[in-house]
Amino acid sequence: MSAVVKSPGFHSAEMQSMLYLNGVTKSFDGFKAINNLSLDISPGELRAIIGPNGAGKSTMMDIITGKTRPDSGEVKFRDSIDLTQYDEADIANLGIGRKFQKPTVIETLTVWENVELALAGTRSVLRALLHKLSSEQADKIDEVIKLVGLKVKTNDLAGSLSHGQKQWLEIGMLIVQGPELLLVDEPAAGMTDHETMETAALLKEINKDHTVVVVEHDMDFIKALDSKVTVLHEGSVLAEGRLEVVSANPRVIEVYLGR
Amino acid sequence: MINKAIFERSAVGRLLLADKAGRYLITGLLAVMVVVPLCNLLMPAGSFLHIPTYIVVLLGKYLCYALLALALDLVWGYCGILSLGHGAFFALGGYAMGMHLMRQIGERGVYGNAELPDFMVFLNWTELPWYWYGFDNFFFAMFMVALVPAALAFVFGWLAFRSRVTGVYLSIITQAMTYALLLAFFRNDMGFGGNNGLTDFKDILGFSLQSDVTRCVLFALSALSVALAYILCRAIVSSKYGRVLVAIRDAESRTRFMGYRVEHFKLFVFVVSAILAGIAGALYVPQVGIINPGEFGPINSIEIVIWVAIGGRGTLFGAVIGAIAVNYAKTYFTGAFPEVWLFMLGALFVISTLYLPKGIVGVVNQMRERRAERDATSTPEQGAQS
Repeated sequence: MSAVVKSPGFHSAEMQSMLYLNGVTKSFDGFKAINNLSLDISPGELRAIIGPNGAGKSTMMDIITGKTRPDSGEVKFRDSIDLTQYDEADIANLGIGRKFQKPTVIETLTVWENVELALAGTRSVLRALLHKLSSEQADKIDEVIKLVGLKVKTNDLAGSLSHGQKQWLEIGMLIVQGPELLLVDEPAAGMTDHETMETAALLKEINKDHTVVVVEHDMDFIKALDSKVTVLHEGSVLAEGRLEVVSANPRVIEVYLGR
Repeated sequence: MINKAIFERSAVGRLLLADKAGRYLITGLLAVMVVVPLCNLLMPAGSFLHIPTYIVVLLGKYLCYALLALALDLVWGYCGILSLGHGAFFALGGYAMGMHLMRQIGERGVYGNAELPDFMVFLNWTELPWYWYGFDNFFFAMFMVALVPAALAFVFGWLAFRSRVTGVYLSIITQAMTYALLLAFFRNDMGFGGNNGLTDFKDILGFSLQSDVTRCVLFALSALSVALAYILCRAIVSSKYGRVLVAIRDAESRTRFMGYRVEHFKLFVFVVSAILAGIAGALYVPQVGIINPGEFGPINSIEIVIWVAIGGRGTLFGAVIGAIAVNYAKTYFTGAFPEVWLFMLGALFVISTLYLPKGIVGVVNQMRERRAERDATSTPEQGAQS
């Protein structure tokens, strides 16, 4: 398994932060979705981000992955790469994978074909036309499908999977992309309790070789992740720390946990 | 017969081995390519097996439409680009061919001017516009048949896909594109014959366009082109590239976040499709004997979409079946009840959208599945009875 999910340069001594946001602001029609947001994710970290609806979680993801450009502020990947200069495809190829809130897989292709498309490699038109799969690549695909627990579904259409299975398939697609940083948006939404716990375990497993940022609402899931938590509110950081510490913070209780 | 082992080992063979409907389609195309000309040329006129020339021309026309439908299915069925302007690429290919045929007329025109086509003499032009240079040469003209639609598709696609124009907005600007070209080609000073277009063609490569043999050869070439284009399209959609197209169709932003440059993938398939449409136009013009700005009409482009929708989108052979079936119906009904054809076409589109979302091909597949299910359930009972 480790051969699949290992990414290069991960433990390099000189890298201070995998992802660094400083003073990021973005407004839509005068509404500040993100307001002077600062965030520092170190290499190898597993970070949970929580916050009420409208706290700016999705906009933050959009800014990191190049879908939205911030009005001001710094967004740095691996200390020095300025992400605001790139678009989605560039950023994906730089090594940032994103899982959407709604499971987004290619429903008319099989599980195997979905993973094959996501598999790291050149993304040019010509290569895709002439592409021949090596046995090494085929092994990788099989390995990842096994990791996310979809082995028996390998040749089924992704559209026929259950909600939870689609979420796992999408996570598998992220892993074969070989990213250093994984952004996971509400992976437990709509899952059964059992599936939620399995997903938490899967993410912890993935975290052994990847930096992972998870946005989530489900408190049981956050507890199961057992990681540092950042609470967002009105576009900026309200509190940061261990879940026990954060949940004792009166401001946090007021805006989020109390409800 | 082709040696089976060789067939299975060749790239095309492997492709068709996984595509049963495609094998039938290609076999059928190759069969009509041989049989129809033979029945036209060799059978005596009174014979039961004789196919009159007008039918050969009509079938040739259907095949050109089938090629055009294939081109549209490639972009719409597999990449979700609903182009309502594919008629423009078809017409441009047709004009490039028409320009060559005009130059072939030489001094046999009404005005007997070897230097200028008749309509230019009529407009008191004294010399050939620069963009007509080179069209005397057959190979140059054939190159332009592919290049002109490809260039338009490239420029248009580059701008549209880079700006992420998708869905209904893209459809609308493709309509605008073909309408703009319609208006432009209507103008006499564009130098393409204005509203009369290009016509009065005499011969192609020295062979008279009126002769049955030439018509049969053009028919056979059309059938062959559809077969080759089908294989090309099948190769494209069966490759990893084709799966990326499907991914773009079903989840465009997911595909972007996987690191694929969606605009490049769209642009490539759009250009290939435009070239196929241009070739269809070039085959069409010598068979019908005229090309005029009417071919740029927005309705024409919408009709192509109806052919593909009725045949079955995203299947390739469905596009061929749809184009031939709808055009056959059109020939019949415009003859029998000319007033109702447009209503019928509209009704067909509504019915196919409501009740046959997967077109004729979808219905056939459904029936086959049901039969297979029935067979599967009834076989054990029969076994028990006997």
